Amino acid sequence: MDASRFDMVMNRRRFLRALGAGAALTGAGAILPSSLEAVTDPALAGRPLVRYPEKTDLILLTSRPPQLETPMHYFQHAITPNEAFYVRYHLSGVPTKVDLATWRLRVAGHVERPLELSMDDLQSKFPAARIVAVNQCSGNSRSRFEPRIFGGQWGDGAMGNAEWVGVRLRDILSAAGVKAGAVDVSFNGLDEPPTSSVPDFAKSLSVSTLMDHPDVLVAYQMNGAPLPMLNGFPARLVVPGWYATYWVKHLSEITVLDRAFDGFWVKTAYRIPATPCGCAEPGTKPTRTVPIHRMNVRSFIIVPENGARVAAGRGTILKGIAFDGGNGIAQVDISSDGGANWRRADLGGDLGPYSFREWSARWTPARPGHYRLMVRATNRFGESQPFEPLWSPAGYLRNVIERVEVTAA
Amino acid sequence: MKRRSQFVILAAVSTALVLAALAKDNLKTIELPDDNAVAKLKPGPGVDAVEANCMGCHSTDYIVRQPGGDAQRWQDEVSKMIKLFGATVSDEDAKVIVNYLATAYAPAPAKTSKKSGPGARARKGEQPQP
Repeated sequence: MDASRFDMVMNRRRFLRALGAGAALTGAGAILPSSLEAVTDPALAGRPLVRYPEKTDLILLTSRPPQLETPMHYFQHAITPNEAFYVRYHLSGVPTKVDLATWRLRVAGHVERPLELSMDDLQSKFPAARIVAVNQCSGNSRSRFEPRIFGGQWGDGAMGNAEWVGVRLRDILSAAGVKAGAVDVSFNGLDEPPTSSVPDFAKSLSVSTLMDHPDVLVAYQMNGAPLPMLNGFPARLVVPGWYATYWVKHLSEITVLDRAFDGFWVKTAYRIPATPCGCAEPGTKPTRTVPIHRMNVRSFIIVPENGARVAAGRGTILKGIAFDGGNGIAQVDISSDGGANWRRADLGGDLGPYSFREWSARWTPARPGHYRLMVRATNRFGESQPFEPLWSPAGYLRNVIERVEVTAA
Repeated sequence: MKRRSQFVILAAVSTALVLAALAKDNLKTIELPDDNAVAKLKPGPGVDAVEANCMGCHSTDYIVRQPGGDAQRWQDEVSKMIKLFGATVSDEDAKVIVNYLATAYAPAPAKTSKKSGPGARARKGEQPQP
């Protein structure tokens, strides 16, 4: 039995076991009472909290391959704990065992000196670089698009922010000696397709992109600890400011190419319309597309949560986070009247331009009644968020001004 | 003498613990839970074809979480799985699967009102959901 056939059989077994398991998950996962989000956010209705290995209770989107969403209350703080960090896999061949004694990061292709680096090599032969950066799924918030779009029906929790420590990709490529004429660099990890007919997950970045982006890391540490398996142990690519699709997990192969990478996951998948906004008229197909790349500006109100009751005539604290694709957040404004009037929020500590930026504001609802709170961030480049949602064919790039409905009594 | 043997045992235990800790850091294993049993496929003609053809690669929640769609929408999805993602499905089964999905997971009824704000407000002249 070859490996992929074996995986198929294992997948099938897990499916059959689940069929027999009735309404309760068994084994390593467990269904817990619905989260508060599931009650207040219709996008999360019917989705149980589950506990996967090295993870706390996360909102289940899909079980195989696993996609787990972070409950929004974790975003009260700039750093997302490893155990609460969301999980997203494309293919069901998720590595369940990695032995550092045999794991190697291979650097090959259009280079002078192909390398096989152990974890010890990465940690002892290269300087460590440290960066705080947001990892956000391209399809975060896809369930909010109208018209609706097929694909992972994420709420807003397919994102997280961590301090990553690792080796600069630039240093690794220098050690390997990139030959003249290099065009793209491709990245592959240990995760595998369920059968050989399914395209393996691999991504690429152009050499010119990497020249302009010294902060791309091969990270072996996340918030001061080894990466959880489901976030890419033992090492993952960190591409600060870019969507998570490029942050290849369980990284095992870096290949320098003297031609454009033509893999499915860049050439066909993860494309956006070749327009300045990356958006299209709702329901239309774009004529020309480009690979998705840098994140746009987003901000969220985390406290109070949607549907909350607050005291009329008394001060209450609003707080949340804002981030962008690496210019850094310059300003966050809030509105308590549906967007007619705006005022400046206070920004929290600056953890660098790729990080979540905490914000807070004191607000006193003068009278009892219903209020629509809104938040709008602006980055240092002057980019902000649209009042009306933009639409993109694959459900990417959502960054409309978010709102929270509260009642003062 | 007794003290020395205690020390040797202690040293040996400590070494074993350190080695175990090193080995633990070097080797990570996890066990993934079973498929989500709450996302059961709706009963209906063709459900067995879906189970036989689709569930080898992904769990049922990849289907039941989708917004719903008509035959054309589901045909596009099934074609995508076959042509782009490499699913091996016979033409005959593909027809049965599309028929099942378009019946069991038809488009959601049009919403008449939306209380949410600009983040979810329907635009004027918006196309009905496919």
